[in-house]
Amino acid sequence: MLGEFLAQTPTGVAETLETVAAFDEALTHGFGRLSEARQAALTGLAGAFGATPLGERLAEAAAKIVAGSPGDDHVAALAGGRSAALGAVHDALLTGLDTALGRDRAQWEPSPAPDAAGENLLSGVRTWLVELAVAGWRGVTEDLVSSADPLIEGLLAEPGRRRLAVLLDGFAAELRASSPLLTLPQLPVRRWADLWSRAMLLAQPGLPAHAAGQPVSGRFLPLGVDLHEHPTALQAQVHGVLETGGAARLVRVSVSAAKVDTITGAAVWRLLRGHTQLLAALAERRSLDLTGMTLLGSGDLIWDEAHATAGGPADPFATARVQLRQASAAPVPPLERHPVRLAEPVFLEAYQFAADGPLTVDTDRISAASPITAELAASASAMIGLLRWDAGRWLVQPLAVETTVKKKPVAVHSGDWAMGPSDPKAAKAEAAAGDAVGVLRERAGRLLRK
Amino acid sequence: MPPAESPELDWEARSAAVVVPPARPRKLAKVPFVELAEGRLQGVVSSGSDIDRVYVSQFTAGDHTLSCSTNNNRPCGGLYGDYTCKHLDLLIDEAAVQFGAARVARYLRIEAEGTILHGTDLVRMTTWRVERSSAAGVFARFLRHLSYLELPGTAEPLPELHWFPATQLPSAKAVS
Repeated sequence: MLGEFLAQTPTGVAETLETVAAFDEALTHGFGRLSEARQAALTGLAGAFGATPLGERLAEAAAKIVAGSPGDDHVAALAGGRSAALGAVHDALLTGLDTALGRDRAQWEPSPAPDAAGENLLSGVRTWLVELAVAGWRGVTEDLVSSADPLIEGLLAEPGRRRLAVLLDGFAAELRASSPLLTLPQLPVRRWADLWSRAMLLAQPGLPAHAAGQPVSGRFLPLGVDLHEHPTALQAQVHGVLETGGAARLVRVSVSAAKVDTITGAAVWRLLRGHTQLLAALAERRSLDLTGMTLLGSGDLIWDEAHATAGGPADPFATARVQLRQASAAPVPPLERHPVRLAEPVFLEAYQFAADGPLTVDTDRISAASPITAELAASASAMIGLLRWDAGRWLVQPLAVETTVKKKPVAVHSGDWAMGPSDPKAAKAEAAAGDAVGVLRERAGRLLRK
Repeated sequence: MPPAESPELDWEARSAAVVVPPARPRKLAKVPFVELAEGRLQGVVSSGSDIDRVYVSQFTAGDHTLSCSTNNNRPCGGLYGDYTCKHLDLLIDEAAVQFGAARVARYLRIEAEGTILHGTDLVRMTTWRVERSSAAGVFARFLRHLSYLELPGTAEPLPELHWFPATQLPSAKAVS
């Protein structure tokens, strides 16, 4: 049933993506010089919402942009329309997937009051995003990119604005690295429109804070870790099953750190050493006993070492084979609904990710900080993976693989190197690169003393 | 068994397209900081003879000028005529390791041809002239760079990072 679902695209997805692609094309060339076809793309996006409460507002926004006098609220409205369209794609995919997997998902509960910190910076961010949209990607100069630096610096200093800060920092780094944009051979059209739209939403005043949380106690059984990284940010998102009073729930733990671009590969784990119990549980394949740890309505545990103690051995494959089928999932917060957020943990047998099947391994999501390689994934007899969806198709990101190396069965996990690489070659490379923090601090100290 | 081919994905249509590959690991002692920014390849280079001294070295994109001075703006004695000093050589070599020579060449707008083994190969592919510029800006950017290491982490989810998968350099891992 899963294979059947993965091989087809839900009704309406292709048409919605066409509308989004036309909008992205207009954004790529810039709202400052829209041809007739690109004007039609903006009114087309607005028209798709004609029968909804957003319809009137989007129609007005599209008209203002076409007339050449958009305010940041008009540009934001269209970013909202694009996000809503992709949110609908996300919902169609996730609902279908839940049905195919037989997975129960709770209903979303509205969030608590918004967090008002740092709102003065937000208008600066919105202005910057409008300037990008007017210029079009090829018209974005390095000076325009750099004008976001003080905004990003300010946002990084506000803990409540970390999401926007980290997003803008990664986005600006890409724009800068792609410089000169005028002559870039190929533009990441969908991606940059995604980052731009999400930033515009996060820069709106009165955005709801996190989902409401409640304390939970029980046994946390990790399935694997999904690492996220850009030059100045790292996040380890641990997927697992939380057993609480007879019920099994799919939850995630997310711990993150700021970094610099030269700290990469297996050395990134050192940045998370403040979460030793979590990292040790990954590296040693153990469970964790939680007492009164906060669980958000979105299925996110707010990790706090003080509320965790090391548990017994827990093989993620045993968890995946036995518990995953019954575990219920948490709802996705409305503002996070986007196909890129789909990361559903599944247990797969080899035939389900065979090269000729509907599901292929996403080699771009295999991290240098884990011993899993594309070769190991390709030869796997079983896999714990995250189902993802990108560029119109389903993909699997391996979290753990069972395979045969030199005629011996082995299990290789994404978190195996969380406490340092076990492979001698990788350990040597990690040791050489690993003292980056120490070297940088020493050199900076020399400079500062002058 | 050979690895399966990567799925044929349309890069322009990918939300998670890899735009900036991760930096290649390198030793930081000699060149603790290198960046492609402000229209320059610029960075901080440790002095080979004096542990207390660092140089700020710069290659300008487009008009191809060179600058090298100590952090308190004393000009580097090794930089004269149209030739790079050893600090500039070290900087561009390390830049080619970290970013890949192709990206350095593109950023500096050097028409690179053939195989480039070292950053210094790029130096020979165009003509340069010395134009001293201030070290203060680069120094400030290095300090800002370091300030990331002092930022506290968080245990609250950052869902936007799903757009930024931790990946690897092509062929970074040997087949075992």
